[in-house]
Amino acid sequence: MHELSIALSIIEGASEEALQRGGAQVHAVHLRLGALSGVVKDALLFSYEIACAGTPLEGSQLVIEDVPVVVYCPKCAAEKTLETIQRFCCPSCGELTPDVISGKQLELIGLEISERDLSSEVGAGQFAGVAS
Amino acid sequence: MSTQPRLVEVRQNVLKQNDLLARSLRSRFEAAGVFVLSLVSSPGAGKTTLLEKTLTRLRSEGNRVAALVGDLATENDAARLARSEAPVKQIITGTVCHLDADMVERSLAEWNLSDLDCLFIENVGNLVCPSSYDLGENLRVVLMSVTEGEDKPLKYPTIFNSADVALITKMDLAEAVEFDLAEARRNIQAVRPGMEMIELSAKTGVGLDEFLKLLQLHRDNTAAIA
Repeated sequence: MHELSIALSIIEGASEEALQRGGAQVHAVHLRLGALSGVVKDALLFSYEIACAGTPLEGSQLVIEDVPVVVYCPKCAAEKTLETIQRFCCPSCGELTPDVISGKQLELIGLEISERDLSSEVGAGQFAGVAS
Repeated sequence: MSTQPRLVEVRQNVLKQNDLLARSLRSRFEAAGVFVLSLVSSPGAGKTTLLEKTLTRLRSEGNRVAALVGDLATENDAARLARSEAPVKQIITGTVCHLDADMVERSLAEWNLSDLDCLFIENVGNLVCPSSYDLGENLRVVLMSVTEGEDKPLKYPTIFNSADVALITKMDLAEAVEFDLAEARRNIQAVRPGMEMIELSAKTGVGLDEFLKLLQLHRDNTAAIA
């Protein structure tokens, strides 16, 4: 299971982005997850909660957008969405195709943040989990 | 106290550090003229045995070869591979279930890449996690042994899809386990249409020539592109 190390990378990336925005508090992290990313969604959600503990992102939510695999079908000359990753064939004509257009994503795409009120500024480890 | 949450757009590849490092490794391999092949499979599919035979053969034919081998806990695999007399380094990953580009880079620190023609990287036996990590290799080879069943590719489509070549190993046991070769080949093609496939037995040597020929072909192609 490598979802824990993926979760740590997500937290690192999100913290970096939050810091660039003046250390804003992160309420949610939006992630795009491809069906071919090799990452299991449930395991990642579970790991994320554990990995957030004790970090400024503690209490934040991981919102995952599933991305299906899109292939190029040479016969239809069009992009088609796979119905299952057990079979790389065009859902319209049945042609097998190895040409993956997308579906490997493991991407941070958005953060739900709020600026912190400087008058109530506390240490990074302490404000974690405080609702807005 | 904080203001109302707002959604800001970001765009960041979660594995960007690994991917950047893998890219820089690939450039280093190319500059040094070394061809890099990685092996992935479930535990016990025969990576180490195949590698032992491959290293021995390539060395006897005058190739400068070396291997990095990932394992959770032991150095047994490195000891087995060392019998080929090729330079071998064990990467003990501890609790980590896969190799990443950083582990590969650190393990290569003491080696001069331009002294090598071919570098083999044996990943930790695992059909899930290694699929997410680019190691900078030129060719990724996935092994499935006949004792694992014909449907392995359908159970782990991501790793089969991420690989370039599939090897069906332990063919000497195929009859004993009533292995349906045609079905296995169909399943591989379903998850990676057009994938190159070789049936082999490292024990009897069947398919080894074909594997080495394919390796040479990919080496030539990589060199031609470089």
